[in-house]
Amino acid sequence: MTPPDAAACPVVALVSSGRHPVSGRPGRAREDARAVEMGLTLAGARLQLVHAGNAEEPALRDYLGMYHGLDDSAVQGELALLPMTPADDAVPLLATWLAESGCQLVLAGQRAECGEGSGLLPYLLAERLGWTIVSGAATIERVDVDRVTLLQVLPQGQRRRLEVSLPCLITVDTLAPPPRQSAFGPARRGRIQVVDGLTAEEDSASGEWRWQPARARPKRLKIVKSGNARDRFRAAAARSSAGGQVLTDLTPEQAADRLIAYLREEKILSEEKILGDEMP
Amino acid sequence: MNVRRIDPYAERIRRNRLHPRHQEFARPAWRWAGPNGVTRIDPHAIGALGPNGIRRIDRSGAVVETQPLASSPIESGPSRRMVVIDDPAGFVMVVPECPEGRLSDHDRDLFGLARQLADGQTLAVTAVTFQGAVAGLEEAGADRWIDLSATVDGDTHDPESRLAALVSVEAAMSPRHWLFADSFPGGGDLGRRLAARLSRSSSHGANARAATRVWQVAEGLALSRAGDRQDIQRELPRILLALPECAKPVSETRHEARPVSIDAAGSKTSDMTAVGVVDLGRVAVDPQQIPLSQAPFILSGGRGVGDWAGFHHAAEVLGASEGASRVAVDDGNMPRARQVGATGTFVFASCYIAVGISGAVQHLQGIAKCQRVVAINRDPGCDMVKRADLALIADGDAVLAAVCERLGKPRAAEPSEAVSEAGSGALSKEERYHDAA
Repeated sequence: MTPPDAAACPVVALVSSGRHPVSGRPGRAREDARAVEMGLTLAGARLQLVHAGNAEEPALRDYLGMYHGLDDSAVQGELALLPMTPADDAVPLLATWLAESGCQLVLAGQRAECGEGSGLLPYLLAERLGWTIVSGAATIERVDVDRVTLLQVLPQGQRRRLEVSLPCLITVDTLAPPPRQSAFGPARRGRIQVVDGLTAEEDSASGEWRWQPARARPKRLKIVKSGNARDRFRAAAARSSAGGQVLTDLTPEQAADRLIAYLREEKILSEEKILGDEMP
Repeated sequence: MNVRRIDPYAERIRRNRLHPRHQEFARPAWRWAGPNGVTRIDPHAIGALGPNGIRRIDRSGAVVETQPLASSPIESGPSRRMVVIDDPAGFVMVVPECPEGRLSDHDRDLFGLARQLADGQTLAVTAVTFQGAVAGLEEAGADRWIDLSATVDGDTHDPESRLAALVSVEAAMSPRHWLFADSFPGGGDLGRRLAARLSRSSSHGANARAATRVWQVAEGLALSRAGDRQDIQRELPRILLALPECAKPVSETRHEARPVSIDAAGSKTSDMTAVGVVDLGRVAVDPQQIPLSQAPFILSGGRGVGDWAGFHHAAEVLGASEGASRVAVDDGNMPRARQVGATGTFVFASCYIAVGISGAVQHLQGIAKCQRVVAINRDPGCDMVKRADLALIADGDAVLAAVCERLGKPRAAEPSEAVSEAGSGALSKEERYHDAA
């Protein structure tokens, strides 16, 4: 899966601190952990982690704990930490660091689990660096000298194959392969290197925002548009949906014809699909 | 002295306007003398129906004769008011996703949100589409329509040329707001790309940062979902990426969707440099590998299925994911992970075929969000037949076998021994069961 060229191209994963969806406990972010897993299968121990934020963040050790089960058993994880406060903007810091590091392939989750969580950061980074960006990767199939071939997640379990030119930023979907467990030993051995010499700027856009605890979204009710009480009552009292077409006294062959005609009409069963299956 | 007799049944029918025989008993007059000589006035019988179907009583003394309710214009269904905006003060751009070339519910909600932003300021809601003709833009609420299908190939995934086309639209019209559907990899991706591109030009200042996962806009403030169970309330930004059900879809008005052409679009996209993302097309996915909750097409079997090997073969021929009712799982015919229903998986398929499933309440809850349901069952009175859009009253096994035959892949041809010794049908069936197990 990984040709020797991939060794020359260092892979970087952007990690952030996550929150457990139910307990709210800090830990690995689900999508970022998948990005790290994807990076470990691609580049092995040469994967470099980057985090912009607080060095005391407990989730960082959880990511470093994923450096096990690799070819080189004595390996230890490395994480570059770009110090900044939560009010600062991570984009200029990361952009400067990435431009200097000379890496070609950056993996990240689609959206952070803390803070704004807008998923805009990879796009702003790519725009600033002039790199290509692709969202929602499920697997990376091949890494060539100047191209990456990957599968992108589409709705309803479908996949699309894309070819992306390097250098590029790839965000990883939740449907990517699940991450390996974080182990204690590698987490202790992993090194967190604080990068000096970068000054963070304050994020000007988020200054006027008002943060509030998330409210439950109201459920949409079935609205009956009628000015007249009688019609509204009828609509409320009526059964939710009228029954469809019921066909009785059919032989199995007739029923099969009706079923196939219905599926073709609704474009669920297409001619090419059947023909394509017949080819091999 | 004659005593006034009251028929209690007739009185009850008279009071109940929903009674089927109400018209027979209803008094023609709105004012009459009651049993004790007191004047009675029926407020429901006076006045006249207004334009919105609401009864209005004119107290000025003018006599307004009521019309019979049956002939009111409401019965024929609400008609939409036509709205034309000739000189808009600005534009609100909506980029609908249009999966399968049709407006989705999410798209209609987006247009509803756009109308909410546009109304009161005489802004024109403009739809930007990459596919050729999209039906229903008038009812959805678009005043203008920009068709970019000439510059962008709507069928392939080419985010960079789409972005270039949107940037040329931005340069030509400089709209107040851009609205996208926040879903990956469609509108969410494109909207974030545009937000990143526009944030580079410093002219827009602080509110150039896009608001993502917006779920409510009220009083000029956008409420968007952030990470870690927080909401962010902020001034309306230029670019909004909205969640489904962010606003009510347009239902009372009708708009013109006047086509607008952008001249600059062609020249800008042509001098793009190297293409970063190349679409190599869809990948064939094994339907059995798709998680059941995401599967678009499900063939589901229940107690009425006897020939499970034939069922698996039919699922393969149709290209459907397999589902099962609880009974089929409890009997050991299907794995637990394939169970559909309240105790199994809630499915969102666009087509669901239920073979030999009578439709327990828990199962019907599980398929409540399916768009089309086909039932194949021997019992015409079962609940699944009532729920189904198409119900075929026949034996499920025989119908599935006939379907495979009609599609040119009968199951008998699959094991080679079964063709040669056609006489020993029972034996080959036994063997096939062993194969399936």
